[in-house]
Amino acid sequence: MSDPAALKKTALFEAHQKLGARLVDFGGWNMPVQYAGILEEHKAVREAAGVFDISHMGEFFVSGANAKLFLNGLLTNDVDKLGVSQGQYTLMLNEEAGVIDDLILYRLHDGESLLVVNAAKIEEDRAWIKKNLPEGINFFDKSDSNSALALQGPKALEIARKLLGAGWPEPKRNEITAYAWNCQPVLAARTGYTGEDGVELFFGNEIAEPFLSALLEAGRPLGLKPCGLGARDTLRLEACLPLNGNDLSSKRTPLEAGLGGFVSLTKEAVFPGKEVLQKQKENGVNEKLVAFRQKEKGPPPRPHYRLFVGEQQVGEVTSGAPSPTLGYGIGLAYVEVDYAEPGTTLELEVRGARVPVEVVKKPFYKRAV
Amino acid sequence: MSNIPEQLRYAASHEWIKVEGDLGTVGITDHAQHELSDVVYVDLPKVGGKFAAGAVVAVVESVKAAPDIYSPVSGEVVEVNADLVKKPELVNSDSYGAAWLYKIKLSAPGEVAALKDAAAYQAQIGA
Repeated sequence: MSDPAALKKTALFEAHQKLGARLVDFGGWNMPVQYAGILEEHKAVREAAGVFDISHMGEFFVSGANAKLFLNGLLTNDVDKLGVSQGQYTLMLNEEAGVIDDLILYRLHDGESLLVVNAAKIEEDRAWIKKNLPEGINFFDKSDSNSALALQGPKALEIARKLLGAGWPEPKRNEITAYAWNCQPVLAARTGYTGEDGVELFFGNEIAEPFLSALLEAGRPLGLKPCGLGARDTLRLEACLPLNGNDLSSKRTPLEAGLGGFVSLTKEAVFPGKEVLQKQKENGVNEKLVAFRQKEKGPPPRPHYRLFVGEQQVGEVTSGAPSPTLGYGIGLAYVEVDYAEPGTTLELEVRGARVPVEVVKKPFYKRAV
Repeated sequence: MSNIPEQLRYAASHEWIKVEGDLGTVGITDHAQHELSDVVYVDLPKVGGKFAAGAVVAVVESVKAAPDIYSPVSGEVVEVNADLVKKPELVNSDSYGAAWLYKIKLSAPGEVAALKDAAAYQAQIGA
């Protein structure tokens, strides 16, 4: 048990306490795992809207005339595909093509970009970027001075409009726009980690509390609920969005993780791990991250449970939970390619017993457009 | 504020037991169900299974976690609550009543005296 006093707090820590949150250690941060309950919060996001404190995530600003060139040589996706105000999911790899972190890169202006990285990886990411940083590129880590909220769900945009007013330049899918709330700058990105429509809002710590209060007030009549990391995890799992540390690691490549669509092997820039990926693409992967579901009512899958075909272990679960939307157990697992096709039946080992599961197409849940 | 009935005995690992003669009925406390929240699956022991005090006897799974449940006493399981397989959410709504987990024939009734009374359990959880 870690000492709660040693944990880092976001600027919204006291607000969470007042809202009745249960706070837990999440990667060294004292964060809300739930308020009213995971199932209720999960449902709110699928049917109305939920707001998550994501201030623990890191915000890096990279600027300079050659920033784009630098980022293309650092990250897997093709930065040249990004127009100003657009964002893309991308990965930062080590030389062996293992994942250091998955992140979203936003181009704010011509020569300035924002990288939003995982909380537990801020130090490692920063060290890696600084190690690779050339002359003439500016790097600022504003993780400590910035707060962020993810407003997600079918009513999220309506709530954001209500909060920010008629003049708000509403971002399109994957876009980011700059605006102000009470004369304080707010960046709003049309991105998220739940499988729903919504925005992620970035702003300074000094307005965090009043901004959250105003957001909750604007959203409550529309069904908005404060949501914790528990619901965030079941929501992202249903949408098959990977979690670094579970589904991604320094030992797994994006091709094994099924993220080849976010890796450009055709771009000119050489990023760490590119050669390894080119070889892996030619030779094929041995194991793949697959989605699987339970076929019968039974104990839900959990990380590190093993998957079998007869007596042969063919995989290991990296994420698993009972799906609140679907009503059965779902999971992600690295499985030998011979057993990775949708429709394949595998056996999940739970406390010495075996329960049947089926490999299915990703994602488990897709919102109606 | 947690509900801690006076007539029950408690293990530090948050199980309760009601003892009648040499028969014990076991469940998890209101505090434990609240900490878990949203129970979705219960794995019960087999009738006839023998367990030592402190041994893993069941698993009560929530959305987030799958904690082990430890038998507060030694003995042989004589009945399990089959309703929980279909309605695991009873653990959240009625942890001291409809959501009892199993009944056990005590092989060492003296162990009960070592369990906490309501006041000692209350002190432990700081409720």
